[in-house]
Amino acid sequence: MQDLPPDIWIAIRLTIELAATATVILLIVATPIAWWLSRSRARWKEAVAAIVALPLVLPPTVLGYYLLVLLGPSGPGGFVAGLWGARTLAFTFEGLVIGSVIYSMPFVVQPIRNAFDALGDRPLEVAATLRASPIRAFWTVAVPLARRGFLTGTVLGFAHTVGEFGIVLMIGGSIPGKTKVLSVAIYDYVETSQWHEASILAAGMVVFAFVVILSMMLIEKRVSRVGE
Amino acid sequence: MTFKELFRITLGVVTASLMGTSAFAAQTNVAVAANFTDAAKEIAAAFKKKTGHDTVLSFGSSGQLYTQITQDAPFQIMLSADEERPKKLISDGLGVADSQFTYAIGKLVLWSKDPNLVTGEATLTNGTFAKLSICNPVAAPYGAAAIETMKSLKLYDALQPKLVEGANITQAFQFVATGNAEIGFVALSQLRGNTGGSRWLVPQNLYKPIKQDAVLLKKGAGSGAAAALMVFLKGPEARAIIEKYGYAFDSNS
Repeated sequence: MQDLPPDIWIAIRLTIELAATATVILLIVATPIAWWLSRSRARWKEAVAAIVALPLVLPPTVLGYYLLVLLGPSGPGGFVAGLWGARTLAFTFEGLVIGSVIYSMPFVVQPIRNAFDALGDRPLEVAATLRASPIRAFWTVAVPLARRGFLTGTVLGFAHTVGEFGIVLMIGGSIPGKTKVLSVAIYDYVETSQWHEASILAAGMVVFAFVVILSMMLIEKRVSRVGE
Repeated sequence: MTFKELFRITLGVVTASLMGTSAFAAQTNVAVAANFTDAAKEIAAAFKKKTGHDTVLSFGSSGQLYTQITQDAPFQIMLSADEERPKKLISDGLGVADSQFTYAIGKLVLWSKDPNLVTGEATLTNGTFAKLSICNPVAAPYGAAAIETMKSLKLYDALQPKLVEGANITQAFQFVATGNAEIGFVALSQLRGNTGGSRWLVPQNLYKPIKQDAVLLKKGAGSGAAAALMVFLKGPEARAIIEKYGYAFDSNS
């Protein structure tokens, strides 16, 4: 591993930072969405669910294209960037976080919603009869019972962000330490026929993906056993 | 779009593709360096008109296309943006010996959509921009020429933190075109028909001439269409198109 150039370590660090930041934001944003999708009786809620799930079907190039325009100087991103004197959110870590949150949203919302759905009305009704406020019931009853969904959502959100490529390629600008994440680094190595570096990173990602999926399966198994 | 319309369009596409494979016309697959995109499309149309042969163009950075060819991509000709990769393809045994020739000499331009931003070398010295777009210097010769230019001007270290990189010259152009980067090094050919903004044609003494070479690949060795296209590229019709896009033929010009 010593013969790895330092820019690989920069890319690894950046990728972990991006995935961690995106995952934290995803949990904050996805939880109320999942709760609403699970509890609401609004007729159009499945339309909202479909919008959240869009990144599952859309090619990353579609999101990349919209983001490039929306983050740029003539879009809302340019306005936000203007608050601190910049012109665009493209080519920035913040821009990648925005892209990652949108891109990985369905992978976090769906498992949490499923877990909320599985609760049924009963536990919350019991909490209500014990005079727990809805907010308290949510935190002390719904969230702990849905922990499996949260765990799955966290792992999937993190892993899927690590695996993001097309959007980052389109809005990142490949800046070392800022937007050149692992997947883009691998792409660059392949494009420039640096097979040695490419194969080390690619193998590393395979191992990472395997560990993620396996540990998720093991954890799920354990959590479900404890839950019974 | 109604289903009827969709049906009609689908039918049209299918008919067109069936007609494309008529008895005499052959098809040749060409890997084209991204800077040559528009010129190549125009040449392909002229070639089709003259010979009836279809040309299927695939675009990318020279490095990307080279990598794909080494992995058995079905290309019969490569129009690279440098001379090294065609040479390497021949020595790798993937290109046909003696088929290599320079079809164009590329010109590097510093370009901005802002009509007042680019005035010349001073624009780079002043550095009154946040992002400067280039293409990947290892994969794309125009990116290497951009780096070389900045180094010749002794500005590379100062500008390096402002660089954003596209995977190929098309993306470097698009970063500027969408306004995400104020300024960028692009190919002169990409600015054809674009009179807006401001530009500086980088003087040739600041970077090594971008000699863009074509090479017939082993997969095209038996193809009449590929051989005809190689000849056509050297002919007056193709050269007129190439010139129109701002390319030179003599490295001293």
